Amino acid sequence: MEKLLNELSSECQPAYGVECDVAINAQVPENLKRSIPLGLPSIAENDLLRHFTNLSRKNYALSTVFYPLGSCTMKYNPLINERIAGNDAFNNVHPYQPIETMQGVLEVMYELEKDLCEVAGMDTFSLQQAAGAHGEFAGLLVIAEYFKSIKQKRRKIIVPDSAHGTNPASAAFAGFEIVPLKSEPDGSVSLDKLKEVLTPEVAAMMLTVPNTLGIFEKSIDEVSKLVHDNGSLLYYDGANLNAVMGIVRPGDMGFDVMHINLHKTFSTPHGGGGPGSGPIGVKSFLEPFLPVPRVEKKKDKYVLNYKKSKSIGKLKAFFGNFPVILKAYAYVKALGGKGLKNVSEQAVLNANYMLAKFKDKVDVPAGDRCMHEFVLSPKTLLKNDIRTIDIAKRLLDYGYYAPTIYFPLIVDEAIMIEPTETESKETLDKFVNVVNKIILEESCQEPQKLKDAPINAPVRRLNEVEAARKPILKWE
Amino acid sequence: MNIPQDLLYTKTHEWVKIEGNKVKVGITDFAQHEITDVVHVELPEIGRDVKKEHPAAVIESVKSAFDIYAPVSGKIIETNNKVLGSPELVNSSPYEKGYLFAIEFSNEKELGDLLKADDYKKLI
Repeated sequence: MEKLLNELSSECQPAYGVECDVAINAQVPENLKRSIPLGLPSIAENDLLRHFTNLSRKNYALSTVFYPLGSCTMKYNPLINERIAGNDAFNNVHPYQPIETMQGVLEVMYELEKDLCEVAGMDTFSLQQAAGAHGEFAGLLVIAEYFKSIKQKRRKIIVPDSAHGTNPASAAFAGFEIVPLKSEPDGSVSLDKLKEVLTPEVAAMMLTVPNTLGIFEKSIDEVSKLVHDNGSLLYYDGANLNAVMGIVRPGDMGFDVMHINLHKTFSTPHGGGGPGSGPIGVKSFLEPFLPVPRVEKKKDKYVLNYKKSKSIGKLKAFFGNFPVILKAYAYVKALGGKGLKNVSEQAVLNANYMLAKFKDKVDVPAGDRCMHEFVLSPKTLLKNDIRTIDIAKRLLDYGYYAPTIYFPLIVDEAIMIEPTETESKETLDKFVNVVNKIILEESCQEPQKLKDAPINAPVRRLNEVEAARKPILKWE
Repeated sequence: MNIPQDLLYTKTHEWVKIEGNKVKVGITDFAQHEITDVVHVELPEIGRDVKKEHPAAVIESVKSAFDIYAPVSGKIIETNNKVLGSPELVNSSPYEKGYLFAIEFSNEKELGDLLKADDYKKLI
C-alpha cells in the first residue's frame, strides 16, 4: 500500500520553500494568528513525483483496462476534446469578464443546446446542471413549479422498481412522495399496475428507456398516453441515451422533461467525482421554469438572460461545468448526426454480440436480445457459496474493471455489462471468455481463489462491511 | 434456512410475531442471507402510522438499500434501537436481537393475509 504524504513526510527533507513576501503579520489580530505550525508534509520533489506516479499506476482506468460498467457508458474519451478544452482561448476566460468578450463561450453553449434539442426531440435545453442526478433534481423542480403555476396540487412521482436509485432520491429531495411501480420481469412497465397508481396526485412518472435491463419499452406510446391523460408529465432519464441516438427521440415518444449525461453519452470523462454535466431538456411549455441564466441570441450577439420571473432560479455557479460542455460540443461536431446514429448502432451491436456469446452458458433474465447493455444472472450456476461479488473481485485479477453488480435490484446476483461502441471485437471476446471461465470453471474447481480475490491487484479484498459500519474518514 | 414454525411471514421476507394487540417485525433468515452484511438500519419514529405493504424502515447492506414493508397497518409503538448501533444483529440474530419494530395493529383481519411458515418456505 502506498503511504500517505503525511506518512512520507520527513523533517530533514523540506521540498518546498515559501516565503511570504507580504508583510501581513502586523495587520492580523493576535487572536487570529496561527499558534501551531501548518503541518504540511515535507517531501523531496522527486519523492513527491514518484508518490503520485505510483498512485496513478494503481488505478483501474478507462485508459488502462476494459471498463464494462453497466449503466455508466464508459466509452473512449477522445483526446482531441481535452486539447480543445485546454485551448487558452477557453481556458483563460473568466466568468466575470464582460459578456462581449466571451461571445465564443456563449456560442458553444447556444449551439450545444440546439444540437441536444435535435438529438433528443426537445424544444430547449439548460446546460447548468453538474451531473445526472442534479439534472433530475432540476427537472423535478421544473415540474413542481409548473404545477404550482397552474394551481394543481400534485405531490407524487411514480418510479419503477427497475429505475436508477437516483430517481427516487432526486424526487424525494425535490419534495415529492415516491410511488414505486413494480416492473415486469424484463424491467418493462406493466400497464395494469401503472393504471392502479395513476391518481390525480401524480405529478410525473420517471422512466429510463431503454430500461436498466437493456430492453426498449415496447408500450411507451401507451404509457405516455396514460400518463398524459391523467394530467401528469413524463420524465426521461437519459442515462441510456447511448442506445437510441439518431434512431428514436425522447421528445417524440412523449417525454416532457429529460436529462442527458454528457459524461456518458457525449464522451466526456467521468468517475471519481466528476466533473460531469447533466443538461435538462424540456418541451416549450416548461421553458419559463428552467434555471437562469439562459443563453439567448439577440441579432448577432449572445447574451445571458437572468430575468425569468418563473424560473426555478440558479443551481450552479456561473454557467455550469463549461469545459465539460465544451468537450461534448467538440464530440457532437466531430461526429455529426450520422456519426451519432452510428455510435448507438455500434453500441447496441457490441452488447448483442456479447450477449449472444453468453446466453447459452449463463442465465439472461431479460431474453437474448438487448439494446446497449444486458444483465446476467449467474445465480443457478454458483456453488460453494460463491456470489457475484466474488466474480467481480476475480475479474480485477484478470486486469478488468468489474461490471456493475447487484443492479438492477430486480435481478438476483445481477451482473450488468455495457461494452459501449468503442471496444474492439478482440476485447469483447477476451472478456467473455474470462467471465465464462470464472463462472463455469473456477467457481466449481477453485472456489477459494474466488473468495480470496483479488490476488494480483494492488490491494487485496477490502473489508467493505467494516468500511461502511465504522468508516475512518480522516488521517490520524 | 431457519424458518421458525411459530411465526408468520410476508412475500417481501418480513417475519411477524403476534403478541396480543401488537406484532413484532423483522426480516427473515433468508432475507438477511440474500442482502448480505447489513451496514445501516433506518427505523420508523414511534407513533408513526404505517400502512400494510408500505415502506416502514430501510436496511442498507454492502449490496444496496432495501425498503422494509409494514406487514399490517397500524401504529409503530416500539423500535429496536440496538440495531442502529449494531446493524450486524440483523444478520446474526434475525428473529431475536435483530428484530426491527413493533406495530399496534388497527385491523386484525390483515393478520389473515400473512403466510404460514410452510407457505413461506415454498415461496423461497
